[in-house]
Amino acid sequence: METVLVLTTLLVFVTMMLALIRALRGPTIYDRILAVNVFGTKTVLVVALISLLKGHSDLVDVALVYALINFIAIVAVLKLVKMGDLGQAGEGDITDG
Amino acid sequence: MADTALDILSWILLLSGGAFGVMGGLGLIRFPDFYSRLHAAGVTDTLCALLIILGLIIQAGLSILTVKLALILLFLLFTAPTASHALARSALVDGITPKVGDHGKEGTSSNS
Repeated sequence: METVLVLTTLLVFVTMMLALIRALRGPTIYDRILAVNVFGTKTVLVVALISLLKGHSDLVDVALVYALINFIAIVAVLKLVKMGDLGQAGEGDITDG
Repeated sequence: MADTALDILSWILLLSGGAFGVMGGLGLIRFPDFYSRLHAAGVTDTLCALLIILGLIIQAGLSILTVKLALILLFLLFTAPTASHALARSALVDGITPKVGDHGKEGTSSNS
């Protein structure tokens, strides 16, 4: 059982490394945001896997909060990059349409 | 007997979830333009999270842990497509055009 959990964790780590390479290399800013988004989702999975691997069931709460914060952070960074301001709405905003 | 079957099912789910994750990572590295990378990452992200969390739910048994894992799965299933959509939309509005080969042009694809 433990072997499978460790193996899955290692596979997710490989994915995180690939996403990190894309985040460092990416030609446009959106490539970097996409890679950070993938990295954050995989972090949630790693935290959930480790909580079952080690038997610390408290860690699942951390994963739950991280999943929410990750989404909000991606949308906020996207809006900041797109509009240059978090408060203002305008032409071509990510929230219109 | 039933325990062994559930264990094997959860191993299959966990390992295939990890394999899908690596496939998405490879697509993220290898694909030529932003929208195809978004496709690779967005699709496999949801599937990888779904499979791994389902495997963990089978492992955890019936407890409060199962409910928390199901909540994580619910949030990920809602937020991952939304984030992908916002990314694609803002990239398109920002003027990044999709890379289209010869097959995308009109008239050339019907005969050749």
